Amino acid sequence: MQLLQIKNLQFLHCYSINLQVNAGEIIGLSGVSGSGKSLLLRALADLDKHQGEVLLNDVNQQSIPPHLWRKQVALLSAETHWWFDTLGEHFSENFTPEFLENLMALGFSEESLQWSVARLSSGEKQRFGLLRLLQNKPQVLLLDEPTANLDETNSLLFENLVKKYCAKQQACVIWVSHDEQQLIRLCQRRYFLENGELNHVN
Amino acid sequence: MLIELTPLDLSIAALLVLLLGGLSAYMKLGVSRQLYIAAVRTTVQLLLIGLVLKTLFASTSMAFILLISFIMISVAGWEILSRQQRKLKGWWGFGVSTGSLFVSSFLITLLCLLTVIKADPWYAPQYAIPLLGMLLGNTMTGIALGIDRLMQNAWQQRPLIEQRLMLGQTAAEAISGLRREAMRAGMIPIMNSMAAAGLVSLPGMMTGQILAGAAPVEAVKYQILIMFMISSGTGLGVISVLWLISKRLFDERERLCFKRLLKE
Repeated sequence: MQLLQIKNLQFLHCYSINLQVNAGEIIGLSGVSGSGKSLLLRALADLDKHQGEVLLNDVNQQSIPPHLWRKQVALLSAETHWWFDTLGEHFSENFTPEFLENLMALGFSEESLQWSVARLSSGEKQRFGLLRLLQNKPQVLLLDEPTANLDETNSLLFENLVKKYCAKQQACVIWVSHDEQQLIRLCQRRYFLENGELNHVN
Repeated sequence: MLIELTPLDLSIAALLVLLLGGLSAYMKLGVSRQLYIAAVRTTVQLLLIGLVLKTLFASTSMAFILLISFIMISVAGWEILSRQQRKLKGWWGFGVSTGSLFVSSFLITLLCLLTVIKADPWYAPQYAIPLLGMLLGNTMTGIALGIDRLMQNAWQQRPLIEQRLMLGQTAAEAISGLRREAMRAGMIPIMNSMAAAGLVSLPGMMTGQILAGAAPVEAVKYQILIMFMISSGTGLGVISVLWLISKRLFDERERLCFKRLLKE
């Protein structure tokens, strides 16, 4: 089943991006800096102006209220931001067993939620950023270099959590990374964004 | 009972302003030029209005008084705009400040003239003009502070606002913290004035009336009326600012549009 369909998407110097992603699939996306990878993800989350169609379960992006769309098509940007003093305030209050399980899976405990945001490292911010995003139960995860600040062990924990979530929720993932090995390890299909075109990598 | 001020008396005060300007220039605080311009403006403007005020108050034409009111509102709107470090592009900047002043001052004054004061005619200039003037003078400070705080914060916190949008919050939720802060910043001056009234400060209008021989209780009642009008006017003005600016900061898909902001 095609969960996410991108038809003729146009933004900036990218004139026609087409892609279909199935439920449960992880798509790898790479390309040199400035090729428009982040902008593609932003257009999918409807954060920037763009032309063309994006459909989720055959429903057009523009026909859904923007905040509901962004709950379903969730973007984890390369840098996450936090606005309350402590971590816990950024999470919805009733901690489901599933949320606590995810927390442990990334190497944290419930006490970690008491931490002050000011003391977080950039790697910790990325991992908590994923947990915060997953609380919305998105159907599409757009991950922009999510493990760039993580060591190998934590990268693997992160990858496993995303894989597990994707399989369990029948969600799909577009994973942007510069790490070819990581994309080969994770993805069913890989693409390379170059000169405004999406090229399939064999 | 009025002690007349001589030019020498005024020059003592002017000397203080000059000293402050010199000190500010020495410490590189960057306000001397603006301070001098403001001081010259206040002198010239007050002298001119002092000369024509009697003629103005003798006027009975509603159209003329409305014209004066619109000039006062536009000038106040322009003053607010010129104090902003970051403005909305095009006519929006002027529109937001003037529009909010219209709500905060013009409508409130109108309401007060028609329902409370009930002079004959209701637009009698000796009531309408000073009332509108007092409201504009006070609410423009609050509104200017509110706009400035909102725009500065929106500019500095744009990654944070977008982060909140990414998590599925509506535009209103994403800037809820900014709205609270802007409202607080705008309301501080009038809240201070109300809290300090009578204990720390004696409001100028009330003191003037009493010195001129009015019954103290009557003067006090007028002052309370003014305070209530200023506080509700400022609050409503800042609320309309928040509403107008947040409409402008986001587009129809609740995307943050920073191209619509102008840097000073």
